[in-house]
Amino acid sequence: MEALQAQHVTKRYTNHTALDDVSLNIPEQTIFGLLGPNGAGKTTLIRIINQIISKDEGEVLIFGEKLRPNHIEIIGYLPEERGLYKKLKVGEQLLYLAQLKGLTKRDALARIKVWLEKFEIKDWWDKKVEDLSKGMAQKVQFISTVMHEPRLIILDEPFSGFDPVNAQLITEEILDLKKKGSTIIFSTHRMETVEDLCDHIALINKSKKILEGSKKQVKEQFKTNTFLVEHKGSFNINGSYELMSQKVVDENLFQSIIKMKTTTSSNDLIRDLIQLTEVSSFQEKIPTMAEIFIGLVKGDTGIES
Amino acid sequence: MNKIWLIIQREFMNRVLKKSFLIATIFVPLIFPAIIGLLVYIAKESDKNSKKEVIHYVDESGTFSPDTSNYLFKNFAGSLDDAKKAYDKSEDFGLLFIPKYELSKPAGITLYTKVNPSLDDVNGIERIFEAQIKERKMLKLNIEQRLLDSLKTNVSINTVKLSEGGQEKSSNTGILFGIGMAGGILMYMFIFIYGAQIMQGIIEEKTSKVVEVIVSSVRPFQLMMGKIIGLASVGLLQFLIWIILMSTLTFGVLGYFGIDPPQKQAMEQIQKGNPGMKEQMKKAPANSEVVKNLNEVMNLPWAYILSVFVFYFLGGYLIYAALFAAVGSAVDSPAEAQQFMFPITIPLLISYMSLFMFILKDPHGTVSVWLSIIPFTSPIAMMGRVGFGVPAWQLALSMLLLIGGFILTTWVAGRIYRVGILMSGTKVNYKVLAKWFMQRG
Repeated sequence: MEALQAQHVTKRYTNHTALDDVSLNIPEQTIFGLLGPNGAGKTTLIRIINQIISKDEGEVLIFGEKLRPNHIEIIGYLPEERGLYKKLKVGEQLLYLAQLKGLTKRDALARIKVWLEKFEIKDWWDKKVEDLSKGMAQKVQFISTVMHEPRLIILDEPFSGFDPVNAQLITEEILDLKKKGSTIIFSTHRMETVEDLCDHIALINKSKKILEGSKKQVKEQFKTNTFLVEHKGSFNINGSYELMSQKVVDENLFQSIIKMKTTTSSNDLIRDLIQLTEVSSFQEKIPTMAEIFIGLVKGDTGIES
Repeated sequence: MNKIWLIIQREFMNRVLKKSFLIATIFVPLIFPAIIGLLVYIAKESDKNSKKEVIHYVDESGTFSPDTSNYLFKNFAGSLDDAKKAYDKSEDFGLLFIPKYELSKPAGITLYTKVNPSLDDVNGIERIFEAQIKERKMLKLNIEQRLLDSLKTNVSINTVKLSEGGQEKSSNTGILFGIGMAGGILMYMFIFIYGAQIMQGIIEEKTSKVVEVIVSSVRPFQLMMGKIIGLASVGLLQFLIWIILMSTLTFGVLGYFGIDPPQKQAMEQIQKGNPGMKEQMKKAPANSEVVKNLNEVMNLPWAYILSVFVFYFLGGYLIYAALFAAVGSAVDSPAEAQQFMFPITIPLLISYMSLFMFILKDPHGTVSVWLSIIPFTSPIAMMGRVGFGVPAWQLALSMLLLIGGFILTTWVAGRIYRVGILMSGTKVNYKVLAKWFMQRG
């Protein structure tokens, strides 16, 4: 089942269109990367899913149901612009936020206890948030996002403000939540996060979705049939190949980037190379998410999406 | 609904558990009885200390007849020099020297004192002489003493308000003025203080960035209303505590000085099973001005005045709180809020100033009546008028309009609020506010 389906969602403001006919399918129990430059419309989409703002056209289905007010209880949302009540104590704060998400006081207390123990911060209950460091507050914020065990978790730039140790801790928790059945939507600029964690991605640029698919599909789609070859001695190659660059990396060790003009098997290239040089390594150049992102947003990939 | 309740609770607890709430709630009501207590104390003390100042006098004119209502005059038979020596040894207030003087041109009357006499003392003594000289002049003109006596009259006007049932109630305009003023000022302060708190709370939520987390759980309108109602209940609680503390303390203070409030007398009458309680109450010993005034204060329709106050406090607070909330949602700091405070402050200031300029002076004048009907000015204006008696239709119209005004401002504010809270770092002016207002969710 799809955890979330957006169908032709459009949102207009007086001077601009924030979302233009955006459709998305987010499969259940995956980590979905919602990518796009600043101002592309990601936050608008996320706010529509959270029912903070309304859509002008289109439909949003959550686990197959049309969006209803009580759906917010199965969503956990960590906004990019986030914070906590500074004067409230950690425990009171979590209790309040959990109750707003529809948990009973008893359930909320029990779950807060579990999470505080998990993060080894049990003695923070009576600490005021203003006395916590930024990283500590982020942990509390993360707990507040997931403690009602939402089936859909939306994280907007979740790692900003985390040191590497805490980022690792949160990453593990996210993977654990996925394993337990949650679907996670990531909105982020950090491509390494996407590379490491996301199963599916969608790219929104200038209010429109310009790319969607599983990470593997996307990469396949943006393969340029380019190969990285390390070899001894220089050579030249042409015909159905194009030698894009060749440079010395070590004594008599060269590195060449070769592009196949026709889509033939990589075995053909290997066969041809063996005739010319002694191959010490051979590797297909798969584009990174960052390259795909930048290429699509700048519009010079040369490949139709 | 359940979530609004949670927000109300949270907001209520946050404020009530603050030290500032405790301090304001306990100390403000102490001021009122403290002032009454002080006044009664001073009155009693000066009564008790009617040990009048002693003034010795040397009368060479032989015409001075001591008027002992304010001073204790002691004649010194002897020369002025001897008198001065004797006075020097004494602890007394002064020495008055009265030489022979002409009635038409009294000169040379001298008061010797050890400290500089107050203007009151000098005036008082001058008045004694003036009166005596006047009398002597009149006698000279062959006007009989009896005639002179009959010229003296003491006037004290009683004011009685005829209420619709034809009942007579003695009313003291001074007391009604005081009640109107106190009610109006209290209302002004309540609206401002609580309105500003709403605004501050919303700015805090916005700057601490917690607001988007919250509105992903509740609708912005629910959040706004929850905060407004939560704070209103804090205000009501505070008011309730004030009333209880003030009345307890006032009775306590009065009891300490041995003045029985009429209610207590009435209670005693009831206990004695006396059916003519009201008659008794009227006859209750009103031996001093203080007691008389107190009787009048106690006999005011307090339940009516208080319930009108509570209604206008709620209505006035709600009508303004929504506007304060809208302003809070639009800005990023209290300093930025200043520019939008102006139009909110204006009707409050107008009603506050009119309270002293028109309403208390002429509670039934056209300006006063209209100010107490227009929703934005009515909370303060009506408090100024309520003690003097307001026709039922005016009160009803004013209340209806206040409710309508509250619904209107809340609707407008809600539309600005839901957009404003999610906009930080935007330069906001009135045009932007209008755009937000028009914007679809």
